[in-house]
Amino acid sequence: MAENYIIEAEGLTKKYDKLVAVDNLNLQIKSGEIYGLLGPNGAGKTTTILMMLGLSEPTAGRVLVDGYNSTTQPIKVKQITGYLPDNIGFYEDLTGRENLRFIAQLNGVPSKHMDERIDLALERVGLLDVGDKAAGTYSRGMRQRLGIADLLIKDPKVVILDEPTLGLDPEGIEYMLQLIRDLSKKDGRTVLISSHLLHQVQRVCDRVGIFVKGKLLASGPIDTLADQVFGRDSYMLELKSDRHDKELYRLINSIPGVLDVTAEGDKLVIRSEKDIRKELSVKIFESGFTLLHLRLLERELDDIYRKYFEKKEGFDAQPNLQRVRSTVQ
Amino acid sequence: MRSPIYSGLGVLYSKEISDHLRSKRFMIILVLVGIICLSSIYSAGMGIREAINKQSDDFIFLKLFSSSGDFIPSFASFISFLGPLIGLSLGFDAINGERARGTLNRLLAQPIHRDTVIVGKFLAGTSILSIMVLSLGVAVAGLGIIMTGIPPSFEEIGRLAVYLVLTVVYIGIWYAISLMFSLVFRQTATSALAGIALWLFMAVFVGLLAGIIANGLYPVNNRPSIETVLKHETLKQNLSRVSPLIIYNEAVTTILNPGVRTMGLIMSSQLEGAIAGTLPLGQSMLLIWAHFVTMAAMIMTCFAISYIIFMRQEIRTA
Repeated sequence: MAENYIIEAEGLTKKYDKLVAVDNLNLQIKSGEIYGLLGPNGAGKTTTILMMLGLSEPTAGRVLVDGYNSTTQPIKVKQITGYLPDNIGFYEDLTGRENLRFIAQLNGVPSKHMDERIDLALERVGLLDVGDKAAGTYSRGMRQRLGIADLLIKDPKVVILDEPTLGLDPEGIEYMLQLIRDLSKKDGRTVLISSHLLHQVQRVCDRVGIFVKGKLLASGPIDTLADQVFGRDSYMLELKSDRHDKELYRLINSIPGVLDVTAEGDKLVIRSEKDIRKELSVKIFESGFTLLHLRLLERELDDIYRKYFEKKEGFDAQPNLQRVRSTVQ
Repeated sequence: MRSPIYSGLGVLYSKEISDHLRSKRFMIILVLVGIICLSSIYSAGMGIREAINKQSDDFIFLKLFSSSGDFIPSFASFISFLGPLIGLSLGFDAINGERARGTLNRLLAQPIHRDTVIVGKFLAGTSILSIMVLSLGVAVAGLGIIMTGIPPSFEEIGRLAVYLVLTVVYIGIWYAISLMFSLVFRQTATSALAGIALWLFMAVFVGLLAGIIANGLYPVNNRPSIETVLKHETLKQNLSRVSPLIIYNEAVTTILNPGVRTMGLIMSSQLEGAIAGTLPLGQSMLLIWAHFVTMAAMIMTCFAISYIIFMRQEIRTA
């Protein structure tokens, strides 16, 4: 069983003082797949990656990359793993080619093949014509691509990309995604992408994991993800009426199959076992309410996105507000 | 065969060396130091010509380094004052610069041990300043021979070599300090400023502070007893030895001037019966051995602290 997974995290935990950055993470990544570790900023994605590379020590748990423990055998792990950090930096006075040569030398690439390999890598990312310019003159997109070339020099089994599309223009994003796809499909490498840009990255991923506040909420192919996050056997209805009083609640609850009703802003969210839209609209009309809004919430990535990514600040602000209030009183 | 523990050290070392040599910063320092040395050696040379005509003295060649002209300080005091600047400027952004540019985590993601990075940087920096100091010393010596026409004796060559080694160690201290600051402070500007502040403190204020403290404990006024004066001077000297500048200056004075046989106060009773003369190199070495060891220890302490910080520091700039 263990042979199928090239990256395995078991009970991985990282604490900074009191803050728990990564909380008991269990993650398996299959050989040759593209896995997207998706989550809002500050979810602990980069910390997880650093632990995979042995650049940061876990507080508890362990990571195995191709059978090597990242904490105790970091050199072995780093030999087979290529890492593209977010905000990648190059030695600006050196040319793109010299930057790659330095990495090649550090990885012990024999000098016979070095120039050949550097040219191949540059060509693949479309930087062959600017390879002799100083890296300091490169644009953001070019730097990211040089970062990919940097990985190719190493010829790694596993590629870890941290926010690879951040700050790129639409064209650059497409180019980058195509490169990432090729890394996996053409070269047969395992790719791990970390990103908060769910919409961009989901297109190339075979499987994704939703990672929020140090916890993996769901993991799997994208189409099964929504079910995992929101629960499999329920429908969600969003309803707005002219008045939300006790009578309305009683009315809704009287419909067979309704599980619960909660108020969310000026709307009610009804969870039910089956689609009750028809029944509900008729009953509401008969009881003299005016139906202003009724929508079946699609349990899709968009909802996941809304719930964890867009509204993240809103979610955080809520308890803070209460805390402030209680101190005022 | 490369040892597996330090694989990549050679690559890193040569990259650091070429980085230093190519950097504009290095050129600026080199030009600055070159100008200062030329002027001081020129003025010393002028002075020596007059001195030779007046008196016959041993160790004239060493005076090239230790004697000052009318307006310009000696080569040795120039180096003692400006050496820190060389060391600090070589290392103040060693680690935090890489961190700021985002190259550090890319570098550490390569199959090398973490300490390879700091060891490589330290070795490269010390090599660069050794090369710089040695070539400077040899150039000045050569210039001196041309100007004065006096060849150095063997002893003088020996003393010159010791002087240059001392200077390498001395500048090495400041390099190690700046490397340490580049780990302690996240901003390169902060670490540079901290280095300069420490340099000025050591150069100017340590002496003053030592004087004030010694004055407070053993006041020397209104016909003090000889014991108080002695204690005062000893305390002042020991306190000011906190500064690498002071230690270096003492050592250099001893090594460049064979007439120096002790540091600090001596009473006339101690000099009674002493034959005026110069010390052989071995005896001078004995006199400054403690200085030498202290300076080496300063480097090692700073490097050890840097090493520990670097190994423990989180890669992430949280």
